[in-house]
Amino acid sequence: MSNPTSYDVATLRNLFPILHRKVKGKDLVYLDNAATSQKPIQVIDALVHYYTHYNANIHRGLHTLADEATAAYEAARVAVQQFIGAAFHEEIIFTKGTTESINIVARSWGSAFLQRGDEIIISSLEHHANIVPWQMIAEEKGAILKVIPMDDNGVLDMGAYSNMLSEKTKFVSIIHVSNALGIINPVEEIIALAHEKNALVLLDGAQSCVHLDIDVKKLDCDFYVFSGHKIYGPTGVGVLYGKRELLEKMPPFLGGGEMIKEVTFEKTTYNELPFKFEAGTPNIADVIVLKPAIDFINNYGKANIRAHEEELLAYATSKLKEIEGLKIIGDVQNKISVISFVIEGVHPQDLAILLDNQGIAVRTGHHCAQPLMQRLGIVGTTRVSFAAYNTLAEIEVLIAALHKSLKMLR
Amino acid sequence: MDTGKTIKEIEQALIEDFAMFENWEDKYEYLIDIGKKLEPLDPIYKKEELKIKGCQSSVWVHSYLKDGKVFFEGDSDAIIVKGLVSMMIMVLSGQKPAEIVHAELGFINSIGLSSHLAQTRSNGLRSMIKQMKLEASVFEGLQSNNQ
Repeated sequence: MSNPTSYDVATLRNLFPILHRKVKGKDLVYLDNAATSQKPIQVIDALVHYYTHYNANIHRGLHTLADEATAAYEAARVAVQQFIGAAFHEEIIFTKGTTESINIVARSWGSAFLQRGDEIIISSLEHHANIVPWQMIAEEKGAILKVIPMDDNGVLDMGAYSNMLSEKTKFVSIIHVSNALGIINPVEEIIALAHEKNALVLLDGAQSCVHLDIDVKKLDCDFYVFSGHKIYGPTGVGVLYGKRELLEKMPPFLGGGEMIKEVTFEKTTYNELPFKFEAGTPNIADVIVLKPAIDFINNYGKANIRAHEEELLAYATSKLKEIEGLKIIGDVQNKISVISFVIEGVHPQDLAILLDNQGIAVRTGHHCAQPLMQRLGIVGTTRVSFAAYNTLAEIEVLIAALHKSLKMLR
Repeated sequence: MDTGKTIKEIEQALIEDFAMFENWEDKYEYLIDIGKKLEPLDPIYKKEELKIKGCQSSVWVHSYLKDGKVFFEGDSDAIIVKGLVSMMIMVLSGQKPAEIVHAELGFINSIGLSSHLAQTRSNGLRSMIKQMKLEASVFEGLQSNNQ
């Protein structure tokens, strides 16, 4: 792995065509990477190449195009397997995204194994995608949903979690890194404590996957889910990792083609993993181009990208703190390159509108985490989030634009 | 306010006001200024159930009928949206119910604000207009029943 100091952000930026566009006549400053990352040219080219050279349906055809498409599709599965350190490639299920992955687990595992009075634990930091599916299945099965409390800075109360666990706890579903605040949760401890009670653990890796080294074997999580579009890949494709023995016991989520072994009108036997969970023609093109996205990250090195993002995070944090009335929510050491803040007397929406007029893309609002915002007693925050291609110069632009906006609003 | 002007005339005057500004900063400062100058809404009308929820900000609108005309008051927790509320009140307050119900309100697209403001998706402007028209249509119904 190369030295972080040799990390050349200018060269890297050239791989992202969108970063060269103008917004409102200004150079785009894209700081909404926690919502979705931009795509390098390798990913865009691979998508075009698929449709221009070997578009075909996979796993069934006996012609050359089908062969090539199937090989590329399965190569993406192996790339994902290695990317997150899964033991077997059939533990990688392709889905539409993180939300669908969580829904599959809640629905498939929940319908087969949850019983009345069983308990499911989530945390105060969850995205709606890791709240609603559990509420739905809990209501259906008469199970109880419990929520790990947190302090005012967004740090989970591990003592409370520990007390919450019991023989009744069957499942713990936790956001690995908070999308709203950037905080990295102590998932190793969460998993170990849950396993002591024989409860399963799902990690929502939507935010962690692109920033942290992920080794699902070492983490020992039972499920790990993420989306392609947040790791420099395409929208519309995500991953459900599950331990093989668990996935094998779970009933299929959707019925149809691809997921069957044999169908008669009397009875259908299901295909083996991973196809059991991939009914119908999948999103072939986008799955295939997950591989160049992962290759891009591996090529630069997650550690190098992280080091660069840490530098941006430290610089932006110190500069933002100089702004009068600005308060960072989730100002902790253990976080990724996400800064969520509020400014006294300023509505986040006003700020976003004025920043957009200066070419700067940030995210404002409740970040699909309304219970978290209610817990914090705020309507929302302004969130800036950095990726591999952001620069210190862009932070300077942000800070100047913030000062200008505040002058207009105050 | 009842200026004796028609909705179209007030819309046109606003378009001309905004046309004086050459850059986005001045346009927005003017809008923010209009928001700050909005008459405060009586807190009794700022109840949760009267809130028009946008994706990110909230709007409150209250209306009453006087001398056959509808008068609006309003507020928002975000200042730029409050500017939009203020403009809507300038345009619609003091007009006859039927005129409010049938107003096209094309001026929002013509004053040169960001398209996302004009699109009204995220800020509740569309819901606000719908609510103002709904209240006007209720008054319209009341009037025709009384006649």
